[in-house]
This record gives sequence, structure tokens and C-alpha cells, in this order.
Amino acid sequence: MCGIVGLFLKDKALEPKLGAMLSEMLVSLSDRGPDSAGIAIYGAATGNEAKITVQSPKPDRDFRGLDAELAKAISAPVSVAVKSTHAVIRTTPDKVDAAREALQTLRPDIRIMGAGEAVEIYKEVGLPEAVVDRFDVRAMTGTHGIGHTRMATESAVTTMGAHPFSTGADQCLVHNGSLSNHNNVRRELIRDGMTFETENDTEVAAAYLSNRMAHGKNLGEALEGALSDLDGFFTFVVGTKNGFGVVRDPIACKPAVMAETDQYVAFGSEYRALTKLPGIDNARVWEPEPATVYFWEH
Amino acid sequence: MPATPMSKAEREPGHAHNQASRVFDLSVHSLRELNQALHKLTPGSNETAWEVLNPKGSHSVAVGVDQPVSIDVRGSVGYYCAGMNDGAAITVHGSAGPGVGENMMSGSIVIKGDASQYAGATGRGGLLVIEGNASSRCGISMKGIDIVVHGNIGHMSAFMAQSGNLVVLGDAGDALGDSIYEARLFVRGKVESLGADCIAKEMRSEHIELLQALLDKAGVTGVKASEFKRYGSARKLYNFNIDNADAY
Repeated sequence: MCGIVGLFLKDKALEPKLGAMLSEMLVSLSDRGPDSAGIAIYGAATGNEAKITVQSPKPDRDFRGLDAELAKAISAPVSVAVKSTHAVIRTTPDKVDAAREALQTLRPDIRIMGAGEAVEIYKEVGLPEAVVDRFDVRAMTGTHGIGHTRMATESAVTTMGAHPFSTGADQCLVHNGSLSNHNNVRRELIRDGMTFETENDTEVAAAYLSNRMAHGKNLGEALEGALSDLDGFFTFVVGTKNGFGVVRDPIACKPAVMAETDQYVAFGSEYRALTKLPGIDNARVWEPEPATVYFWEH
Repeated sequence: MPATPMSKAEREPGHAHNQASRVFDLSVHSLRELNQALHKLTPGSNETAWEVLNPKGSHSVAVGVDQPVSIDVRGSVGYYCAGMNDGAAITVHGSAGPGVGENMMSGSIVIKGDASQYAGATGRGGLLVIEGNASSRCGISMKGIDIVVHGNIGHMSAFMAQSGNLVVLGDAGDALGDSIYEARLFVRGKVESLGADCIAKEMRSEHIELLQALLDKAGVTGVKASEFKRYGSARKLYNFNIDNADAY
């Protein structure tokens, strides 16, 4: 099982409602996976600000005073916006790596959910409704986003095992399915310098795509590569700074339905997830073909 | 909320259209109420026409109906719509999710839009018409059902199909009829590839006759039976033979 959703807005007028729309889509698929849920939302990148989304098992302790300590450590302005167990750290784009390094010393228990100019990632154990409420996702604005509700099969039910997985700047992925060659692919990626946080198969898929893109491929080419290099069942929905992509394995057991209007492109594991979108009754609705890459970019 | 919804005639006494029809709005009543009301039908019931509103992708709409009533579902449905149908005439005015008409026994199901994976799987009888496209595994393990698809079908369709007829006006995807037994497959368009032990066969007059009757029954017009090719089993894999090991 697992339920996945994605929403890519074409109409700027809908941007203030992105969080609400995506939340509604994800909550409608709660019975596909009650273990954990997560959402990645892309806001407009300004070019002069980077965001690092972090999570802490003890947010009261870890987030207090973090802005001043981190600013001092990296000699740059830092702001910290706390949302429950997560916080979004904002600083200048050239200081992201320095901030990651400083966080390891300043707050060793903090885990990095993702980083980039546009993306914020929130994920926790629990039902989609609870996760969406906890992080006030409905109030979020943005250009596109993806979400996941998990029924775990390949690794433990933990915050870090929840989706989306992010392994590169502004890149993240949600997955319905299970990979059978993830241990081999992980070993190959580690040899190529990638690092991993979990034993999870989906993290390997995310890292694979980040690795391909780091080697100069675009999102479409990276997804094409996944079709030949990743073995197993998958429907992936991927987000990048400007775009949104979908690919299914050649067997295509894992369900997928898409809808497109002048206002948006939407993905859901089931049609149920799309029924409350504006204009859905007149949308072009179709099932993405197996082994076929779909992507849209702003 | 009443345990069973009022019929349209009760709610709207002046409603002239089809006095016998019973309307179920799934935005007001639960799916379980609908299916239980359908299961309570007895032979000779006057409630012969049903309408289901606002399905919005619900799973298992109108499963297990065993009386010859007509059911019009206004909108798209999720998994397993009309499964195990035994005698009802069910029309979905929208698209259907995975497993529509799974294990149908008799009656008919018409999908006005597209159908997702494994439409008509394991069906034993009746007629399933899909006016749009069907995706992968259409008619998998079919055991007597007739399936007519106006558009295309996806890969691995009619896998291990045992009996019945699959008629496709458009194209078929990869591995059509893999490990097929005695079902007949008629495809008008191109076939991406045939599965193990599935071969093209001659269209004899009895097949033209059978196919024409199916097209008529499914309300297909403007298409001639002679435009189709027939595919079926080479019958080499029924029993294990070491010489055929490569084909498995």
C-alpha cells in the first residue's frame, strides 16, 4: 500500500491554497498507510536565501538559542522558525554546507530533513491528519508539493523512515512500492560519495536520482536511468526546485492516476485523492503508462 | 439519518421520471448502507432501477449484487466496483479504478470512461464493456466472462485466461495472453507482443459469427468482425514437458 500525492500549480492564484489542497489530497488516502506521513512544499526561490529543514527528538532543548549560536558559528545571519518537532533554518545560500557542519557539533541530535532554496519538508510518525495539523501544512503557500502516507514494509516506522526523502538540494521523492536491489545500489552510491541516514529502500532511490543529477542529468534523464537501474515495484513522485516528475516501473502494479487542467497537474495513488480539486470534473484524467517518464517544470 | 434512504418517488412525489428508481447519494449515505440495501433485494422486487450519486472514487461500489436490477453510478469509482456481479446491469458514468467487475458471474457492467488494472479479473460470466481504455492485466485469469474494450488494453492482459472472450477494438500491450488456456482474444489494432504460448489463429466463419454477436450485444456499431485478428493458446504449456522449458 502507501498513498502518494503530488500537485504542481500552473495558476499562481492557487499558490496560497497549495498547502490546503495537498493536505486534503493526502488525508483522503489515510487508509492506504497509517504509519507515518510527510509532505514537501516548494515555495518560490528568491535566490538570496537558503532553507534547511531540521527535526529534533527534543525540540525544546535543541531549538532554543540555536539562531544565535549558529549565526556565530558560520558568521552569517540565521533565523530559526520552529514548527513542533521541526524547524526551518534560513541563512544565505553560500552558508548551507557550513551550517550543516556546525549543526553536527552544536546540536548532535538534530536530523536534517532537507535543504534548498525552495523546499520545506515535514514528516512524522502518525496519521496524515495529525501530521498535517502538527505542522500547520494547510496554511502553507507554494508552487508545488508532494506527500506520502506510509504503510511500512522495508524498514522501521520512524520519523527518518517516513517519506519524502531528500538527498540533494531542493530534491525529494515519495515512493509507493518496494525495491529489491537497494542494498547493491546503496553500496555503489556510497562508493560515489553519497551518504545515507537509514536502511530504507526509498532513500536509495532518492539518492540515485540526486547522484544522476549531480552528474549532469536532468530530472527526466535521471528518471529514465531509474527504470533500468532500480529493480522492484515503484511509483515515484519526485520534486525539484522548478519541477515535478512521475515514473512507474514496467510492471506497474502500484496504482497511479493523474489529472491536468489549465490550473494544475495533480497525481494521486487513487482518484479519491483528486475529487476535491477545482475543476476536476472537466480535467483530463489518465493513468500514467508503465515505464514512462512524465515531468513538468516551471 | 434514516436507516434506508427514501426512494426518489417518496422524496419527490411529483417526480415523473422513473417512479421505481431509488437514488443513493454517497455524500449523504454510507457505502455500506448502499451495498446492504442492494443485498437485501429479493426476486421480484419493484426496486428495479437504482442511481448512485457522488461516488467520488469510493471503493467497492455495488459489489455482490445478485438481482437483475439496473444501477447507474454517476461519477468515477475506485477499487473493485461491481465485483461478483450476478445478474445486475451496472453502468458507471465515469472511470473505474482497479479490479472493476472482478469475478463477475452474470449480468452486465458498462464503464463509460476508462478502467484501471485487472478489469474483469477471474470473471466467470456476463458482459463487461469498457468504452474507454483498460490498463494492464485486463481479463487476467478470465473464466467465461465476455469483455469488450472500445479503446486499448495494457500489458499482460488475459494472463492465464481460461475461457470466455476478450474483444479489443484498439491495440493490446505487451505479453498478451501469456500462458493462456481456452479463452478467445480478438484484437482489431496492433498487438505489442504475445505472451508465452499465445499465437495468432485463423478467423473461421464460426469466430466471425461469435464476434459479431458479441459486438452487437455490446452495442458496438460501425466495426466489422472481419477487421479483427484472433489469438489463442498454442496448447504447448498445458502439461510440463521438458522440451518446452524455455517457454516458461
